[in-house]
Amino acid sequence: MIITQQKDINEIYEMIKPYSKILIAGCDGCNQPPRSINEAKVLGQLLELKAKTEGKALIWKAITILRQCDDRIAATTVRPFLDDYEAIVSLACGLGVVMMNKIADKILTYPAQNSMFGGVQNASENDFIQYCETCGDCLLGVTGGVCPIAGCAKHLNNGPCGGTVDGLCEVGGYTRPCAWIEIYKRLKKFDRLDLFTKYRPARDYRSATSPSFIVINKTYTNEEEKKKEEKK
Amino acid sequence: MGKRPAYSNLCKAIEAGHFVFTGELEPKKILDLSEIIESSKEMIKTKRIIAANVTDGPQGDAYMSSLIPSYIIQRDAGIEAVWQVAVRDRNRVALFGDVIAGAYMGLKNILVLTGDHTALGDNKKARPVYDIDSTQFCELLSKIIDDGTDYEGNEISGGKVEMNYGCVANPNAVGEYMEPEILKVGRKVEQGIDFIQTQTAFDIDVAKEFINELARFNVPILLGIFPMKSHGIAWYFDNYIPGVSVPKDLLKALKSAEKDNKGNKPAKYAALDKVNVEFFKPFIKEIKENSKASGVHCMAVEYERLFIPLLGEYPEYAKGFY
Ligand code: SF4
Repeated sequence: MIITQQKDINEIYEMIKPYSKILIAGCDGCNQPPRSINEAKVLGQLLELKAKTEGKALIWKAITILRQCDDRIAATTVRPFLDDYEAIVSLACGLGVVMMNKIADKILTYPAQNSMFGGVQNASENDFIQYCETCGDCLLGVTGGVCPIAGCAKHLNNGPCGGTVDGLCEVGGYTRPCAWIEIYKRLKKFDRLDLFTKYRPARDYRSATSPSFIVINKTYTNEEEKKKEEKK
Repeated sequence: MGKRPAYSNLCKAIEAGHFVFTGELEPKKILDLSEIIESSKEMIKTKRIIAANVTDGPQGDAYMSSLIPSYIIQRDAGIEAVWQVAVRDRNRVALFGDVIAGAYMGLKNILVLTGDHTALGDNKKARPVYDIDSTQFCELLSKIIDDGTDYEGNEISGGKVEMNYGCVANPNAVGEYMEPEILKVGRKVEQGIDFIQTQTAFDIDVAKEFINELARFNVPILLGIFPMKSHGIAWYFDNYIPGVSVPKDLLKALKSAEKDNKGNKPAKYAALDKVNVEFFKPFIKEIKENSKASGVHCMAVEYERLFIPLLGEYPEYAKGFY
């Protein structure tokens, strides 16, 4: 799930200031904590109040979309409202905001959230935690299932660094676990310190530094197979 | 991998069997290197300090880059630099560029560091780099020095980079945390480090045990010590540098050295120096005589007056190297 945090109300208001009619779109997809119809409604009320203090009337409508990051779902949901509103405020993560700008391209969509990270909900720790950074080169097979990219403040491949004290990380005032000590403990537990000892060379960052896309293969032909058979 | 020749005075002196001493300089947010040059000259005068570490933005602070001061102390004071380079602020392209620039300017030692995170420094909002980690930087350095190439194998033309490099290790990783620390150093040994320099140790038994563990790698070890020129520094270190505590007695002695000599600077200095000498002199002696360390790295920044009282009884081995 994508973990988001709502922007400061003043920041959102500054973005929509030029408009008098806005559509506020929640997202029922994976974003957490929930940013659905109720949250969209509350945001509308807050913005209306804020506008009132400036002597302005703000017309708004709250809707929610099953998944803003899916072009077909988002387009069919939002289309009926587009002619009546001057701008959209999205409560989705950045993916949703970009997608809304693409599919509803007659007006601008503004973000109400900061997208924090792709994370998990770890109820036992009462936390949303970033366990994976979708870095494009998964190391979990050699690190005992603990990610040193998401879990280590320095993204080290050969940690720990000198900043770990009693198993905690120097970043965050020694309150969070040091990923590399966790990795060490996991690998020791499973008698796989050979993996810990092994040097990991520098990563190939190309997958993480240029805009990524994967083409989904939508076609299939049996022509090649037929040709092969004919050759036989 | 075959052993790399000793290119630097530091490594040559160790190879010749001397028990070596190194000092430390900290270029801060400054545009004037005169104090750093003065400190370096004081180190030369001791005839026992073979090289000086030049720090690279310690605690994540934005300071003058270590490259230029390392060059300047070699040129203007004649002491060899141990050029500290952290991977925090530069990617592999910039690190490579800096290293060959340093080699061109005659630098002979690099100390590889991860670098304290920018979140700890005085520009907390910065984006840290960490493109390659310190072990990968070791691999890069071996490629530069031994193969004459960058990380990808593209050749350097016009000469050979003749440098030695070392890594740091933390003797304060004790108990269950010692093993990962030792294994981590092992990865760097595999990449070809020429020496290990440890962080500060105050506990002689902890220091000796750590050196004993590191000795398996057969790489020269310099043990870090931290004489403290004021009670304030000691107090700060004790409270704000996690994982290291200054012994209570030492703290107390430094405090009374200051209190008892209030208003009398020379007497205060003498008393502080006495406390440091009384603590560190036997410490060094014990390390030299009963451990496999090849020397001591003395992080007495801006505290040169302590060198002779502390090291005066050791041979003047360094003067032949300057
Ligand atoms: S203390 Fe551990 S988690 Fe934190 S930066 Fe260092 S290696 Fe990474």
